[in-house]
Amino acid sequence: MEKERQVLVIFPHPDDEAFGVSGTMSRYVDMGVPVTYACLTFGDMGRNLGYPPFATRESLHEIRKKEVQESARLIGLDDLRLLGYRDKTLEFEAPGHLKGIVKDMIDELNPSRIITFYPGYSVHPDHEATAEAVIAAVKEMAPAERPALQLVAFSNDTYKDLGEPDISVDISGYEDRKEKIMAAHESQTGPLLKTLAGNTAESEAARQMWMKNEVFYSYDID
Amino acid sequence: MEKINRDKVQQLLDSYQNKKVFVHVEVTGGMYASHFDDKVFNAGMFLRNVQVTFVQGGIRGGENGEYRVGLKLDNDGWIYVLGLTHYEVNDDNEFIMHGFNYDGKLASALEISTQEFLK
Ligand SMILES: [Zn+2]
Repeated sequence: MEKERQVLVIFPHPDDEAFGVSGTMSRYVDMGVPVTYACLTFGDMGRNLGYPPFATRESLHEIRKKEVQESARLIGLDDLRLLGYRDKTLEFEAPGHLKGIVKDMIDELNPSRIITFYPGYSVHPDHEATAEAVIAAVKEMAPAERPALQLVAFSNDTYKDLGEPDISVDISGYEDRKEKIMAAHESQTGPLLKTLAGNTAESEAARQMWMKNEVFYSYDID
Repeated sequence: MEKINRDKVQQLLDSYQNKKVFVHVEVTGGMYASHFDDKVFNAGMFLRNVQVTFVQGGIRGGENGEYRVGLKLDNDGWIYVLGLTHYEVNDDNEFIMHGFNYDGKLASALEISTQEFLK
């Protein structure tokens, strides 16, 4: 992992960074790389409200806002941007709107690397809309000026179509921090955290999956 | 939230009768349903900040704690939600009914307020 000029992480939901990326973000922060996390929605249409329920459709906004702020604090970010779109609706914004938002951030921050989802392989329509906006914004740049793309893909056909991920970030030494980051998103991550803490084969598999390496795909825009 | 008390919910419905109210109506199986199980057909909907006036609102059912709510609108239209289990009136005076499935995940919602819901 090389030292970057600036890393820009763009995801639509407040816990999208937690599972697959927060170790990598923490490592960049510790290297002294400026990291900006732009989170497009508050995840306020989530279905996990606790059981017995401790949240409602209306209170989830504030709960998840606090969760992502705590996550950013644990990662060590000093630039968290909450853009405030409504969960589930990104793909219905006017064509080109999100691309413009991304382009403005690129112009302002001049990132050398962008981390986001992989278009076509990220399952949730908000993930796809975010990925498409980032790719479209970067595509408009002169090739020499484009930031490197480091993308998260997890749809069921990812391995079949894309093969092994070509970027793997070793996060050993970051297990405790990452577990705290995932725990910060308490409203969404409760069951997984229980699995991670257990001593069953399933728990060991989960630790192997989330706590050793974070894997990504690079993306060639042309 | 607490489990639905039929009489209290009926009283609350009555209190919004013949007033202009905003509703949030939602039915959801989750965006990941067919990612985790390709036999599941993903369907869902929400309406948010739609303004209506209902002339009659009722709660029915209650088997296994699962209720139906129907609102007859002033233009003879309808709002109907199945599978509601919990309710509360929050600090913003929003009347919230939610239905949680057997995994404890939100499956349905009907919310009524005289003020607009957060955009
Ligand atoms: Zn997400």
